[in-house]
Amino acid sequence: MTAGRYVDTLPPLRWDEPRRSYDVVIVGGGGHGLATAYYLATRHGLTDVAVVEADYIASGNTGRNTTIIRANYGIPEAIRFYEHSLELYAGLEDETGAEILHQEKGLIWLAHTETALRAERARCQLNTACGAETVMVTPAEIKALVPQIDLTGGGRYPILGASHHLRAATARHDRVAWAFASGAMARGVQVVQHAPVTGLLRRGDRVVGVETPLGRIEAGTVVSAVGGRVTTLAAMAGVRLPIRTHPLHAFVTNDFGQAFPRIVSDTELLCYVSQTERGQMLIGAEFDAQPSYSRRSSIAALRAYAAKVTHILPFLRDLRILRAWAGSCDISADFSPIMGATGVPGFLVTTGWGTWGFKAIPAGGEAMAELIATGRAPDLIAPFALDRFARDHVLADQGSTGTR
Amino acid sequence: MLRLDCPRCGRRPIDEFAYGAERRPVPASITDADARDLDAVWFSDNPEGPTTERWFHAAGCRRWLTVRRDTRTDTVIGIDG
Repeated sequence: MTAGRYVDTLPPLRWDEPRRSYDVVIVGGGGHGLATAYYLATRHGLTDVAVVEADYIASGNTGRNTTIIRANYGIPEAIRFYEHSLELYAGLEDETGAEILHQEKGLIWLAHTETALRAERARCQLNTACGAETVMVTPAEIKALVPQIDLTGGGRYPILGASHHLRAATARHDRVAWAFASGAMARGVQVVQHAPVTGLLRRGDRVVGVETPLGRIEAGTVVSAVGGRVTTLAAMAGVRLPIRTHPLHAFVTNDFGQAFPRIVSDTELLCYVSQTERGQMLIGAEFDAQPSYSRRSSIAALRAYAAKVTHILPFLRDLRILRAWAGSCDISADFSPIMGATGVPGFLVTTGWGTWGFKAIPAGGEAMAELIATGRAPDLIAPFALDRFARDHVLADQGSTGTR
Repeated sequence: MLRLDCPRCGRRPIDEFAYGAERRPVPASITDADARDLDAVWFSDNPEGPTTERWFHAAGCRRWLTVRRDTRTDTVIGIDG
């Protein structure tokens, strides 16, 4: 692999002035918004579409996550959805021709107690039954997969076993956004940057467009693919959401001289570790308990993450933190995403992407595109509709390391 | 946000406290009783700006505080006790 190979595959992006009206306006130029536009163009031939982004594309959570792609969730609806996303990711380079640095790595979820082992055994059964192959591994097998690990957990968190989710992967997050953006642009979709939506145009009950500093843009359908300020946008349509926005911190270290080819995650310490293509160690953990829109990293979070992760991977003590940042996680009341109709005609949402949004980009975009094009939510996302809360069909699933 | 001023214990590290919940009324515009229950149980104002919430001093006096905080910057504006 040479640097030239990656440079040559940088996709062409083009920026045009917005027109006055479109069939579909998508608010939010992150992964979900751009993927929805891409699949509208490629799967349904709908190209009278604009993506309106407040800052620059992938400047929000798409460019701030820890890039892990996996499907080992806790309920069948979620496992099927994320497994489909994992498969779309695996074929994305072939489909778009853009290099996204997709690497299948396998994810090891460590258990330190008998209770955690039982939970991981149950997870293996459920995931394998739903198509996301996951197997139990012993401490000796863990050591063979990750030689740098301390099986005693620094004497405090002994490792009793783990579940191994075989097809978990990572991909370069901004390249995923660029691949979807360029694929959509090549087919006529317009992407407008630096155009924060300041209001929604209403006609009777219906949402019929957006207001931006660049002027009004009319739309047959408005889709919110906003991360962070989705509650504010939905309120403009009179829609209330079961969402709270919490910061999640992450950091990378300087280069680690050895290969670290797996993703390691911990059920007890609530942190996850992988290595970037450049050799840096990338570490994230659970989101802050208190809601906030701040994207400043905090020394308290870094200290807590570092203390946890060095118990199981002591070599990290010799590394230095190079960069730290935070993103805004929209945590839904049942820890599952919210996709589909809102009860307001002409206004759809894809939100509640909490700490699990990046891995869902292709499947979420594909399903939202089908909903927009056909007017019917595909079976894959029908359970995730907003009205599940009123129907008492919540999808409780704290299937993410950051949410337990 | 590194410390909180507990009215009983003084200025203490944030690690000693546990976040409870936001304090908010169900919007008066929602009049239907079922819709009010739904809102109270699941939904959130999720405000971007000043908010009032409850914190628990878990590793201190083990009493609840009412804290006003700005969610734009994650900074405490005041403690109501």
